Amino acid sequence: MRKSFGDAYAEDLRFVVKQAVGEENFVDMTPNRSNNYCCGGGGGALQAGYHEARRTFGKIKFDQIMATGASYVIAPCHNCHSQIHDLAEHYEGGYHTVHLWTILCLAMGILGPNERAYLGEDLAGLLVPETREAEEDE
Amino acid sequence: MAEEAIKISGKKKSTFLDKVRELLPEGGNLNLCLTCGACSSGCPATGLEGLDPRKFLRMAALGLDEEIQKSNWPWMCTMCWRCIYVCPMKIDIPQLVYHARKLWPRENRPKGIRGSCDMALKHDSCSAMGASEDDFRFVVEDVLEEVRKTQVGWETLEAPINKKGATYFLNQNSREPVTEPDEMVPLWKIMHVVGADWTYGTKGWGAENYCMFLADDEAWKHIVEVKAKAVDDLGCKYWVNTE
Repeated sequence: MRKSFGDAYAEDLRFVVKQAVGEENFVDMTPNRSNNYCCGGGGGALQAGYHEARRTFGKIKFDQIMATGASYVIAPCHNCHSQIHDLAEHYEGGYHTVHLWTILCLAMGILGPNERAYLGEDLAGLLVPETREAEEDE
Repeated sequence: MAEEAIKISGKKKSTFLDKVRELLPEGGNLNLCLTCGACSSGCPATGLEGLDPRKFLRMAALGLDEEIQKSNWPWMCTMCWRCIYVCPMKIDIPQLVYHARKLWPRENRPKGIRGSCDMALKHDSCSAMGASEDDFRFVVEDVLEEVRKTQVGWETLEAPINKKGATYFLNQNSREPVTEPDEMVPLWKIMHVVGADWTYGTKGWGAENYCMFLADDEAWKHIVEVKAKAVDDLGCKYWVNTE
């Protein structure tokens, strides 16, 4: 947001997320939009080897997330996803970190059984579309 | 405990800040600092290894290039721009950080970032995990076939590769095809549902660019050029970066 398309784009994404999860299930963090904090995984940080510093950086994001009380965090970028997921494990946050595409497909009822690696138990069995056994290859 | 004071000699001894100023539009406003400290208050990296963005900028302004070069602050910063956002003078500290990374000899820069950049230079896939054009094609086709066979209603799902003239050229973070290929499927389904005319490219499909984080300008440029050419060669109208 801050570095590219700006807050108008942040509003678009909020619209998309609210359509998928329902207005009442969306919780914004504070601060947000262009005033938000970086998760600490970017700029090469995930690969830079300063793990303790990276997690201390990310503690701000972690505290923001915990303050929302939300059980799922949606991260559209893979890098942020990896960092926020790691923060949950490291600081034992108990929240789930999902890609945006996971939530969109779940809401549309088209998220396949193998595409649910990041969902928690509460959503893992929800709206699972029909599958069939694969025929054996020749 | 107080840290050892940095001693400043009478004469400005070097030009790191000046060099960076010459490179940036409006000189990055680097000489406009009011020393208000909003950057330091607003920066999530403040305090890491003693990092302080205001101090960093002041050190550069005072010509303390050697001290800057010795610190590992450039690797604490993610260049997130929050300092610019809060700065009343819109000073481009992240660009100063980027150029401070360049003060490090390439071989001394963080091994993980360097390795990821070097991997990306191995193939025109630009994958930081070293996955080739053929690796990518194999994984996409394999996953697609499985979905078509096992998921009811998705028998005609597509994941086009090198489709000339497609409207959208989509790329993919290497971690998906390499470590969690099923995570690509929801994206294909969304593209299908909205009726998007899209394609992957065997060249330039890797979304990440660690050469940028490494502050290796030549390699960064190379990666961007390979990716842009891949989009152009297929005649696609939009380049959709999923990273």
